[in-house]
Amino acid sequence: MYRYDEFDDRFVRERVASFRSQVERRLSGALTEDEFKPLRLQNGLYLQLHAYMLRVAIPYGTLNSPQMLQLAMIAERWDKGYGHFTTRQNIQFNWPKLQDVPAILEALADVGMHAIQTSGNCIRNVTADHFAGAAADEIEDPRPTAEILRQWSSGHPEFAFLPRKFKIAVTGSPNDRAVTKAHDIGLRMVRNAAGEPGYEVIVGGGLGRTPMIGKVIREFLPKADLLAYLESVLRVYNLYGRRDNKYKARIKILVHESKLETIRAEVEAEFERLMAEEAGPTRALSAAEVARIEAYFAPPAFDDLPDSDAGLEAALAADQDFRAWVKTNIVAHRQSGYRIVTVSIKPIGKAPGDASADQMRALADIAERYSLGELRVSHEQNIVLPHVRAADLPEVFACLQKADLATANIGLITDIIACPGMDYCALATARSIPVAQDIANHFNSPALAAEIGKLQIKISGCINACGHHHVGHIGILGLEKGGIESYQITLGGDATETTAIGERAGPGFAYDEVVPAVRRLVDAYLALRTDANETFLQTYRRLGAAPFKAALYPADIGGSGSGAGGGWPKAKAGPSLSASAQVQQAAHSQYVFYHF
Amino acid sequence: MPIVTDSGFVFADETDALLSLDAMLSGGGDPAGGLEIANDTDPRDLVPHFEAVGLIAVTFPNFADGRGFSLARRLRALGYKGRLRAKGHVISDQYPMARACGFDEVEIDETLAARQPEQHWLAVATRSGHALQARA
Ligand code: SF4
Repeated sequence: MYRYDEFDDRFVRERVASFRSQVERRLSGALTEDEFKPLRLQNGLYLQLHAYMLRVAIPYGTLNSPQMLQLAMIAERWDKGYGHFTTRQNIQFNWPKLQDVPAILEALADVGMHAIQTSGNCIRNVTADHFAGAAADEIEDPRPTAEILRQWSSGHPEFAFLPRKFKIAVTGSPNDRAVTKAHDIGLRMVRNAAGEPGYEVIVGGGLGRTPMIGKVIREFLPKADLLAYLESVLRVYNLYGRRDNKYKARIKILVHESKLETIRAEVEAEFERLMAEEAGPTRALSAAEVARIEAYFAPPAFDDLPDSDAGLEAALAADQDFRAWVKTNIVAHRQSGYRIVTVSIKPIGKAPGDASADQMRALADIAERYSLGELRVSHEQNIVLPHVRAADLPEVFACLQKADLATANIGLITDIIACPGMDYCALATARSIPVAQDIANHFNSPALAAEIGKLQIKISGCINACGHHHVGHIGILGLEKGGIESYQITLGGDATETTAIGERAGPGFAYDEVVPAVRRLVDAYLALRTDANETFLQTYRRLGAAPFKAALYPADIGGSGSGAGGGWPKAKAGPSLSASAQVQQAAHSQYVFYHF
Repeated sequence: MPIVTDSGFVFADETDALLSLDAMLSGGGDPAGGLEIANDTDPRDLVPHFEAVGLIAVTFPNFADGRGFSLARRLRALGYKGRLRAKGHVISDQYPMARACGFDEVEIDETLAARQPEQHWLAVATRSGHALQARA
């Protein structure tokens, strides 16, 4: 893991000091509210619905046990005893007091953490594959790249006042767990024909109100050119990105409106100029610097172990709950005898991603004892123990059970991503956490969830799409229509290397119609799949949207209340929308997405 | 109008000497006294005039509009070696950024100078805008 040296430490301490000074100057009137706002945001401080919210960066989702303990301490001392892990591998504290924020930032600096650039129109916390350094399919560890980008982007003097926020994700595996195609820049670590390491650079992806899949702007970028190339992309964006309309200010709109070829030519020209500069601040990505950073991410001291373990096999045979948990929450490790454990922060019926201080301490302790002191935060809002010995799995499971963290639902229908929504977010148009809770409660039978298999539901509380609903197999978007919540369902989204934006199914559903609607989709899938090995997404791709739409909008329901209780209506073949549903759909056209 | 430099405020009465880009390109004056350009100017148009221009002032219509920073970097990358000034709504917290992007100085108006006096600028003048890069 990366550890701060004196430069990092000085940098974050200076930032704390300047934030203190900014707060004072705001109070004295030297800074206007307009001037203070972006400074506050770039230090991670949002003004939410009920209070301030502090968003702390967990760079590329990696943290160690002492850092997790410190987060628990902060949650307890300055918040209400819990924190919320987000879809961008950050943690948010929802109730800090403004006057406590500098002290919280100091406490973070004490363990080599910060809240810098977790908000505002700047380069945000860089995300990466949460299985980095452990995944069996990894070509190369993406964390040194992500750390280099963290250092380059933190306090970058040129890019603190961009047209809009800018998100970068890195993956080192062919199986993309970092959603690189839905970021402003996505980097995929690849090898060229000569076997040299480099990056495929993807630009202009993003969700939000105009979801777009990123496009490849450079097929192969040699590793040493990374910063110069990214600086070129950012400069072109900073100069030409739209500033007249915040909803059209992301780089995806620039790429869309100016065409990829034009942007590529501009970037390449800028890149050439930069490389020709005598002593640009960015060109110097020296081999020595790369080696220095890479050394921090050298593989930990793994023991030489056989891959299977007799104790583990015995526990699997004896304990059904353990078996179910191993089936869903464990994946292969690159090192023989080790496994990657994903701890679900989605116990049935709780707010997805919320963890109490006690749970954070339990996780820190388990990581210290069983995962070489390391933890990861996944963009699915779960916690990963990256390096657990196979033989230790039964004990880890027992410890997690004690901390109420042993839910066996990773990748299943109850492992829902939901944004904070109306419960916390000032921009929300609908509730999102309670919808997730209702769905999880409905499908709370582990046997049913296991029968349904891999199914990702993602929920956003407004069109800003922080819950990534566009890339959920089933996406749910909460809107507001005449003062009433209305939930739009999208189908067939995909957040992996085969990224797809979900298709809008039709008219929206009232709050209490959402669970029955999801149930009808699930029943349709169970009836339509070839066998238990065909996932929801595979069935959807094989048959298209029609049978699922038919299940969502059976003629006798017509998009209005389906009634509670009793048997759920079964899927029917292809009725068209009822007249009332069509009217409702027309009324929804104001919410149509801009699919270009 | 106060000019902010690393050593504090300097009061120079030269603002009316700045030429507009149009005036310069149409031959309407001597750019030796300085040129003022908007932040969406294509710096490639200026390259032939680099030697003749005594000062380039890039305007900042609003502190949240960061185009001027990239324009400064581009001017430097294209080989401009003369004096470079950020002019307009630049706040003291942005001073190190302006310096790191290639600006030599910042020109602000009297109102801003009254709100953000000299010591606010001096307090950040020596701070690296980008401490993590200081290592490289
Ligand atoms: S999607 Fe909307 S409601 Fe949800 S967190 Fe983002 S801005 Fe808030």
